[in-house]
Amino acid sequence: MNKPSEAAARFRAEAAKRILVTDGAWGTMIQTFGLAEADYAGTLGLSHEQKGNNDMLCLTRPDIIEKITQGYLDAGSDIVSTNTFSSTTISQADYGAEHLVRELNLAAAGIARRAADAAQAKDGRPRFVAGALGPTNKTLSLSPDVNDPGFREVDYDQVKDVYTQQIQALLDGGVDFILIETIFDTLNAKAAIMAVLEESDRRGVEIPIMISMTITDMSGRNLSGHAIDAFWWAVRHAKPLTVGLNCSFGADLLRPHVQLLSGIADTLLMSYPNAGLPNELGQYDELPARTGHLVEEWAKEGLINVIGGCCGTTPGHIKAMADAVRGYPPRVVPTLPVATRLAGLDPMILAA
Amino acid sequence: MTTTSSATFVNIGERTNVTGSARFKKLIMAGDYTSAVEVARQQVESGAQVLDVNMDEGLLDAQFAMTTFLKLIAAEPDIARIPIMVDSSKWSVIEAGLKCVSGKPIVNSISMKEGEAAFLEHAKKVQRYGAAVVVMAFDEMGQADTCARKVEICERAYKLLTENGFPPEDIIFDPNIFAVATGIEEHNNYGVDFIEACKQIRVRCPHAHISGGLSNLSFSFRGNEPVRRAMHSIFLYHAIPAGLDMAIVNAGQLDVYDTIDPELREACEDVVLNRRADATDRLLEIADRFKGDGSVAEKASEEWRSLPVAKRLEHALIKGLDAHVVADTEEARLVAVRPIDVIEGPLMDGMNVVGDLFGAGKMFLPQVVKSARVMKKAVAHLLPFIEAEKAEGAQAKGKIIMATVKGDVHDIGKNIVGVVLQCNNFEVIDLGVMVPWMTILAAANEHGADMIGLSGLITPSLDEMVTVAAEMQRAGMTMPLLIGGATTSRVHTALRIEPAYKGPVIHVLDASRAVGVAGALVSDSPAIRSELVDRTVAEYEAIRVARANKGDTKLATIAAARANAYAPDFAKHPPVAPKTLGTLALDDYPLEELVPYIDWTPFFRAWELAGNYPAILTDPVVGESATSLFKDAQAMLTKIVDEKWLTARAALGFWPAKRDGDDVLLFTDASRTTELARVPFLRQQVVKRDGVPNRSLADFVSPDGDWLGGFAVTAGQGIDAHLARFKADNDDYSDILLKALADRLAEAFAEHLHERVRKEFWGYAPDEMLTSEDLIREKYQGIRPAPGYPACPDHSPKRQLFDLLDATAKTGIELTESFAMTPTAAVSGYYFAHPESSYFGVARIGSDQVADYAARRGVSVEQAETWLRPNLED
Repeated sequence: MNKPSEAAARFRAEAAKRILVTDGAWGTMIQTFGLAEADYAGTLGLSHEQKGNNDMLCLTRPDIIEKITQGYLDAGSDIVSTNTFSSTTISQADYGAEHLVRELNLAAAGIARRAADAAQAKDGRPRFVAGALGPTNKTLSLSPDVNDPGFREVDYDQVKDVYTQQIQALLDGGVDFILIETIFDTLNAKAAIMAVLEESDRRGVEIPIMISMTITDMSGRNLSGHAIDAFWWAVRHAKPLTVGLNCSFGADLLRPHVQLLSGIADTLLMSYPNAGLPNELGQYDELPARTGHLVEEWAKEGLINVIGGCCGTTPGHIKAMADAVRGYPPRVVPTLPVATRLAGLDPMILAA
Repeated sequence: MTTTSSATFVNIGERTNVTGSARFKKLIMAGDYTSAVEVARQQVESGAQVLDVNMDEGLLDAQFAMTTFLKLIAAEPDIARIPIMVDSSKWSVIEAGLKCVSGKPIVNSISMKEGEAAFLEHAKKVQRYGAAVVVMAFDEMGQADTCARKVEICERAYKLLTENGFPPEDIIFDPNIFAVATGIEEHNNYGVDFIEACKQIRVRCPHAHISGGLSNLSFSFRGNEPVRRAMHSIFLYHAIPAGLDMAIVNAGQLDVYDTIDPELREACEDVVLNRRADATDRLLEIADRFKGDGSVAEKASEEWRSLPVAKRLEHALIKGLDAHVVADTEEARLVAVRPIDVIEGPLMDGMNVVGDLFGAGKMFLPQVVKSARVMKKAVAHLLPFIEAEKAEGAQAKGKIIMATVKGDVHDIGKNIVGVVLQCNNFEVIDLGVMVPWMTILAAANEHGADMIGLSGLITPSLDEMVTVAAEMQRAGMTMPLLIGGATTSRVHTALRIEPAYKGPVIHVLDASRAVGVAGALVSDSPAIRSELVDRTVAEYEAIRVARANKGDTKLATIAAARANAYAPDFAKHPPVAPKTLGTLALDDYPLEELVPYIDWTPFFRAWELAGNYPAILTDPVVGESATSLFKDAQAMLTKIVDEKWLTARAALGFWPAKRDGDDVLLFTDASRTTELARVPFLRQQVVKRDGVPNRSLADFVSPDGDWLGGFAVTAGQGIDAHLARFKADNDDYSDILLKALADRLAEAFAEHLHERVRKEFWGYAPDEMLTSEDLIREKYQGIRPAPGYPACPDHSPKRQLFDLLDATAKTGIELTESFAMTPTAAVSGYYFAHPESSYFGVARIGSDQVADYAARRGVSVEQAETWLRPNLED
């Protein structure tokens, strides 16, 4: 048995008292700074253009990442995530920066850790750091070649190894939890879970996992085709600290899907929707007050334990959400009857 | 929402197992994975709830075969929807399989054959891969045969697993089904041993399941399928109540216990339950009589041709097969009392099934349009007979007048809605495109229509729809007015159209909603009708109230907005002179060069299939439909290119320019002394947060001397002849397909031409190297905004652009009074070269800018307001 995580215990204690708040978007916030290639590239002397490599800013413009993190903490976030959505060798390969993956994750974890600790020292309220694992831009479940459906660009062991490398750096940098987010491919997430469980054995301590699925349309499936319940059955063995949904839609359209998951997730539920749908130019128009109003409905219905924001959300949105859910009791975690829960793309339950 | 399948007995498909199916083995050995995948599909179709995959064959690289096959079926949503059972006696094969399976599969199997340590290690891995597990009743001593051994081993395994944190509900025991009636006396009780063991295991191992491989049982009767099936059915009949809750069976080949011949049933039952000493002999005696072709031959897809004619018509409609439809319709007519009966009977029945499937989201638009093609062909065949009989036409549910409004020529969406409504038994009177309001009102009266449907794609059409609504009101009409088309919206309908007309006005989002709305409006039940109408009225009122209360977004004065203009760094990136000045034409441009530039995602969107290309082809919901549509599109595209159905033409030009306020002045030559034209642009006025500018396209042109480009391309010349051909053939599907492809080719042409402009004609980025994906993502330098789109939302300057380019003469594209281009497969716009130029939306503007714009254009404020209406309101 690995040693239980103290951070997870503190987190559960806080979550029993109130609805907790995580942070908001990275990408759309970074965009507002209007950074140029020089900001991204810094003095690292990389061969590729770095503009758009948001994670690189942890090394080249840490002041920006610190500023955004601080913005979220000031807005009321209990959890801050690391700016490491693409900090894997797979994703950094596009920027010729695979060799910097460890440094990126260490730097990002450090920024979040320091900011969270300072905030906690200031007001005594516990703060947590979630080390974020993006889905990578490669998929284990689908072929990129229509004419060769059996082809895969990567295999399970590669993905697992890449995640292991990221997880090790994030943990060394001081994160409390590993957040596997924006899961469009269930098998990628399963490889990430395996990487965490194995790393947990190596360290002899429990590494709490947060899992967040992203659905691709209103039918409520992710890109690899899994329905929400099928997805949950496929990852439930991870015994995650939280499970939930992020991205896809605003809080209005995401609600029925969160509601479905809320009824079957026998663990804390964390969800962070977008600031509405993007307009035709890809920008998010939903104002904080509206987002706040929508998630207040969620809180009223007892759907959530942790709330936050994805694409298009700003510290303003996080503050509005934190204000909106304050005072509402957290969702009660249900107990599921014992049954065998299997899954293809669809769920299957066999009475046991 | 998905339906959760909740099972009490689970059929595990066994035909994808090389040890159980000779045919499957042959396919895998021959490397014919395509056919092997079809075996899996057939298993799912015939009711398998879990799919067992086994590649244990000595001559096979089992690991390769397992992973290859699992990856292939992962790409088939109708197979991958059920859980997989990864079946091998080799752990390495199982683990390789687990790395390719998503969801929560079952491992088959692990056991204590090699001792507890290996057993527990495998179990831990199974758990971490997120799988359930089959545990064989097998220990260090061997396989359990008697009831006592089976129970003892299972109980020991259960304790070990649960003590080590393995969830009991994820354990499935396989207590070994062995062959009976082998002639060896010790084997006679194997059936009973198994059934008895089930009962005890269920009691001693709470929450665990029991499974078994059924085909072993009847091994002695190889070659006699009817007897084997009877034995399996009878075994299940007794073992299931004892606790067996899953079994590896050929799901398509089980008999219902009650329907088995009583003589055979009794003989089998004696064997399975070991009820008499001579049971085996007695079954052997009668077995031959029940032999015969037990296996259901897999007839090819032509099997439906032997169905009765009504069923054939239904099948053809649902599958969209038109090869035999005329012959079948004729056959149905010959036996019908009146030709109209064929329509009202089998054809309408079939279309009702199609309508239901579409409504339930089980069929998608391209399939429905194909069904409609079949229907139209059948009806076309019957019409002369009906008319000869002078019979009344079939009573349609309702009559709807449909039209694309004056000034607009876009009709793909309207045609789709028309087809879907016709599929649902509405009579659609389609007035075509560019229809003035007088014609619409006259047609509605003449035909005694139940409702009018208006469509439009460009923004000026919104105003025209308001005109139609107002004229309907003036004429004292009361029939419902439906509004649809890409630029229309619920908000616009509520704010502008509904107040103009007292009858019901309803915005219809897409084709799938049209049926419900139209159906409710003609419903016999006044309650259904008024529910829809009242709800809509209330909804629109709420929208208006919300708008009124919202308070408009704050606007800056135009002067303040100009003071906050975007300032590109012209020092760092000085304007680059084009390599070509003046205008030029490209005639009969090779279509094959455009094909690679096609962005397919909008093509699928035109068919209301949501998703991005190419992922959409494997989408679990619409993938099948999308793939089939894509295949048809590719086939037609090949013909378009090879047989030159369409001619692509372009006009482009580059002029010396400089910015003057929010206008860009064009000059006859580089001295910039003689003004050629003043191109007007609009500026964002919504108050921005600090550091964010109020943009205008004019900002991207230097006031100290720069250049501006323009273009107009079409890929639609020659389309009419082919559309006429499809119309004559009642082939809406091909009609819509061709229009959609021509649109894509025009867009591709615009993209391709832009690339050539960047590299050659203007030549400001001669060394650009981009993939087509990069192009779609617009990763290049410079932009090509089109008049009428968000950055320059006024369509009217298109006239000026066309004059500058002499576009109509060079390309044959003409402009309507609302500045829509014909043929519709056309794109026009400006070229801006500055690296900081970008797309944006002008959004809402104030009356001060409208007055200023009117002055700059030399038109009245009212005229400017008409042009800019959408930007005044939102």
